Amino acid sequence: MLETKIHNLTLKNPVMTASGTFGYGEEFADFIDLNRLGGIIVKGTTGERRQGNPYPRMAETPSGMLNAVGLQNVGVETFCNEVYHRIKDLDTNIIVNVSGSSIEEYCKTAAMIDALDNIPAVELNISCPNVKKGGMGFGTNPDMAAQVVSEVRKIYHKTLIVKLTPNVTSVVDIAKAVEAAGADSVSLINTLLGMAIDVEKQRPYLSTITGGLSGPAVKPVAVRMVWQVAHAVSIPVIGLGGIASAADALEFLMAGAKAVQVGTANFIDPTVTMKIIDGLEDYCKRHKINDINDIIGII
Amino acid sequence: MKKYITDFTIVGKHVFNEMYFSLTLQHPETLPEIAAGQFVEVEIPGNKQVMLRRPISIHDVDTDNNTLTLLVQVVGKGTRTLSAMQVGERLNLVYPLGHGFSLEGRNVLLVGGGAGIAPLLHLSKCFAANGIRPTILLGGRTAALIPVQKAFEPYGTIGFATEDGSLGEKGLVTQHSLFTNTYDHIYTCGPTPMMKAVARYAMQHNIDCEVSLENMMACGIGACLCCVVDSDEGHKCVCKEGPVFNAKRLTNWINK
Repeated sequence: MLETKIHNLTLKNPVMTASGTFGYGEEFADFIDLNRLGGIIVKGTTGERRQGNPYPRMAETPSGMLNAVGLQNVGVETFCNEVYHRIKDLDTNIIVNVSGSSIEEYCKTAAMIDALDNIPAVELNISCPNVKKGGMGFGTNPDMAAQVVSEVRKIYHKTLIVKLTPNVTSVVDIAKAVEAAGADSVSLINTLLGMAIDVEKQRPYLSTITGGLSGPAVKPVAVRMVWQVAHAVSIPVIGLGGIASAADALEFLMAGAKAVQVGTANFIDPTVTMKIIDGLEDYCKRHKINDINDIIGII
Repeated sequence: MKKYITDFTIVGKHVFNEMYFSLTLQHPETLPEIAAGQFVEVEIPGNKQVMLRRPISIHDVDTDNNTLTLLVQVVGKGTRTLSAMQVGERLNLVYPLGHGFSLEGRNVLLVGGGAGIAPLLHLSKCFAANGIRPTILLGGRTAALIPVQKAFEPYGTIGFATEDGSLGEKGLVTQHSLFTNTYDHIYTCGPTPMMKAVARYAMQHNIDCEVSLENMMACGIGACLCCVVDSDEGHKCVCKEGPVFNAKRLTNWINK
């Protein structure tokens, strides 16, 4: 009833977890059955180990939060040699979010992930707002976005998802550019660039001054962008941004997303993904929908 | 240690003063084992301005009644909303989180300041269960900022330090007559400058020292990587690798 497809991937249900909000999945194993998920997008992985930005790198804002973690991760070698072996036998799609500061770094990381049998896809992160070099720089210009995607496409042979930033004038232009460059799917939205100031201390809350906004506050922006992109490209769209309930997920599906990712809501309720899957089943039963695909893109 | 998400019922509330209150929360079944120094992530109900859970250290555990007690300082919107909660209402907790104190040492000193005294009560009781009577040194600017005093008495030798002299010796905890180099292990939780001073002293005198950090957190389970401390081995999540760290791992932080 809930099965859906993203390029060559079959998802048990459209509910995946968003990169950077779910660790390597293991952090949530005490709370939920990870095998029930449609997929897990693991923490953004770079060519070398990264420390990320200095503390403080989080601030709560109305119906959302800002983060400036800055891609802290163990690096692709440690991922392949250690983390992969701990999670590779999970019965779900384990997808690695690949980040970088140069085309060479994206390609090096993607090539190493390509060699891992149980990783059927990567999500190319050309949209991180929290790193000085690269990241969002690649995702805000259609030509640069196309260039990095076409280079990775040459060396990466499985499903290639490209994660888009909302911090652009026309997300449709970027989506079309990466589709033409060989992307198999696009996921959107990454965080919205934001800022918050502690007026008592008269300084920004984040060490980096600006950071990425996530949570329910961004959801209407995300639904709008997913709807625009879904109408403009023919590759499958994965929707994310502020999803915290089955109704939220359904908005994205109806707007044209073939699957969704749950992010910040995992911090508030570590069992939220199971509630969303249960809620989608319940919705289909109530509305006598035999196949979730029947409501995808109905708007 | 397995983590849980559970609805607790508030069965006790004590308001110490306008800054401090405690909530005693009852688990519907048998409580799992909880180490001293571990914390909970509390969902804050009924305030749309507060989305994230709030990390709060576990002050006391009563396994006979399946209750745990949180000692809370009102510092912002989340804790202010919690302060309005009443007996009979429910609170959802993700717990028990993080790594607690090691319980090593036989001649031990516990140093707490302000809200940082919270985990030291459960720690004192754990030592008592092992037949060890710690020396417990509690400090604050003034007596009212040391909300829990008598509860510690059965478990050790108690000393107080207040900057205005309203309770115990006048001055900082590090100036107190009980703050000496005669211990084999020091445990501390409180304001950052206090913990750094205690840890520096301990390291100068080759005394093992554990500090309990209180960084801002989102998830509490090592997923979001927001609460990091700049440890000697790089950024480490306070929620997962801490909140208690051996001071030897934090020389960068202590000397900064």
